[in-house]
Amino acid sequence: MYRDHIVKPRATDNPAFMALATAVIFALALFYGVGDGSLARLMGPIVLDLQAPLLRNMAVAGTLAVTLVLNLFILGRFPLRAQVITVWVELLLLFLLFFDTFDLSYSFIASKVGFMITQGVFTTVYVSTISIAIAFVLALLGATARLSSNGFAIAIASFYTSFFRGVPLLIQIYLIYLGIPQLGYVVGAVPAGILALSLCYGAYMTEIFRAGISSIPRGQWEASRAIGLTPFQAMTRVILPQSMRLIIPPTGNQFISMLKDSSLVSVIGVWELMFLARTQGRAEFRHLEMLITAAVLYWVLSILLEAVQSRLEKRFDRAHR
Amino acid sequence: MMNQVVSATAAQAGVSIRGLQKWYGEFHVLKGIDLEIASGEIVVVCGPSGSGKSTLIRCLNLLEDFQKGQVLIAGNPLNRDAASVSAIRRQVGMVFQQFNLFPHLTVLENLMLGPRLVSKLSEPQARALALEHLERVRIASQADKFPGQLSGGQQQRVAIARALCMRPRIMLFDEPTSALDPEMVKEVLDVMGELAQDGITMLCVTHEMGFARRVANRIIFMDQGQVIEQARPDAFFDNPRHPRAREFLSQILSH
Repeated sequence: MYRDHIVKPRATDNPAFMALATAVIFALALFYGVGDGSLARLMGPIVLDLQAPLLRNMAVAGTLAVTLVLNLFILGRFPLRAQVITVWVELLLLFLLFFDTFDLSYSFIASKVGFMITQGVFTTVYVSTISIAIAFVLALLGATARLSSNGFAIAIASFYTSFFRGVPLLIQIYLIYLGIPQLGYVVGAVPAGILALSLCYGAYMTEIFRAGISSIPRGQWEASRAIGLTPFQAMTRVILPQSMRLIIPPTGNQFISMLKDSSLVSVIGVWELMFLARTQGRAEFRHLEMLITAAVLYWVLSILLEAVQSRLEKRFDRAHR
Repeated sequence: MMNQVVSATAAQAGVSIRGLQKWYGEFHVLKGIDLEIASGEIVVVCGPSGSGKSTLIRCLNLLEDFQKGQVLIAGNPLNRDAASVSAIRRQVGMVFQQFNLFPHLTVLENLMLGPRLVSKLSEPQARALALEHLERVRIASQADKFPGQLSGGQQQRVAIARALCMRPRIMLFDEPTSALDPEMVKEVLDVMGELAQDGITMLCVTHEMGFARRVANRIIFMDQGQVIEQARPDAFFDNPRHPRAREFLSQILSH
């Protein structure tokens, strides 16, 4: 974002603002009745002798408000990067605390997590990777067809994108898994899942590729054609390498999004992460444990992919350093 | 006087334009252009904006299509089939107002792309050719930089070298200095002047009247899609015949 050079006083140095923040937190905590919650038990030794509920409420709410505002005040004095990291860690801790209140069986998670990674994460990653590779090729073909001057190609490509963008992925998965056997071919769950994911994402990515290719100035085509390159050479050697810079970031997003949408192929019985999350906890009624484990695994995968994506972006940006 | 300039001998690397007409929808951009440009001739096309001068030279390598008339490049008619078009484009180099260098390739790679893919030269041959032409436009030291790291004048000289690497017999310049900062115009014009002495046929759309007077063999003045005056530079600048040419010159030379 654009950073201006207007000097503004820090809001966390403003007594009025801080007082207001304290008052709001205090009031909310009081209204919620923190005096009877787990927070009060945490402060047990101090507030134990306060028998009156209102007094106990006020003591706990006051401590909470002062702690949070103090935290805010200290954070306000940190440099940007430290602020980001500290707030990240604090939010993560709060998140873990929240999950902890579910009273999860960690031993159950520990006994299952190995299988969820070797079977579930592995299947999820390889189904998604093959699908994104096929989708990439489909998108390239689709975008080239959409931008061509061939009526058949335009029609086929726009029909394809219209259908696969217009129908829910879940229905596509069922249609492919249940429909193809009607033609006499029996498809396994994994190939059917890969087919559905790549067709659907190929359609979305066609639009990304089309925008990427169209955004290269006309002059690049003209210069390529003027030195005698064929249209195919101009496309592959001049236009596409430049469009990649614009195509890679949204494609990375699509991959992350596909990684999560691949959970939909669990409905046809592919043993990927979501399928295991639903089935592994069933016997012992440990659904939440498995779902949370799957959530964490999906999240970690996405973070790893974001890192890969940013490296790719840097690579394709070499001419623009 | 004009007939002396337009060489009667049909030249091998010349350009013939006969009855060229072009419309953009309803708008009649070129209203019948007839020109004969001899091999080795340096022609400057000038005129007010919107007069069709850029469109005219872009028709010569079919970057723009036209509806009526005929163009002969080195004696070969300009047909629309892929083979003829690429044959013509190999003989005709073009330099654009916006340089149009390939930003994802280094300077050297920009120059080698055509020789490698079109002329099918080997990598060392293409490299040698590219370096030779970079030397010629005095920019060899920047060979491994990306276009975005060069000044406008340097970029335009690279663009000229890129066109020369295809060994064209005819060079088209479409306002090559119009996008440059004033202090960079000279370095580009100097390179173009040297090129003119090497016997290459040049068609140049430009507002650089000093260059036109010094280097051109002939000035073509266009207005509203027509060639309304053509003459030797001294005749054109000292004694323009057509009132619109006079008005154009007084405006462009007065500041």
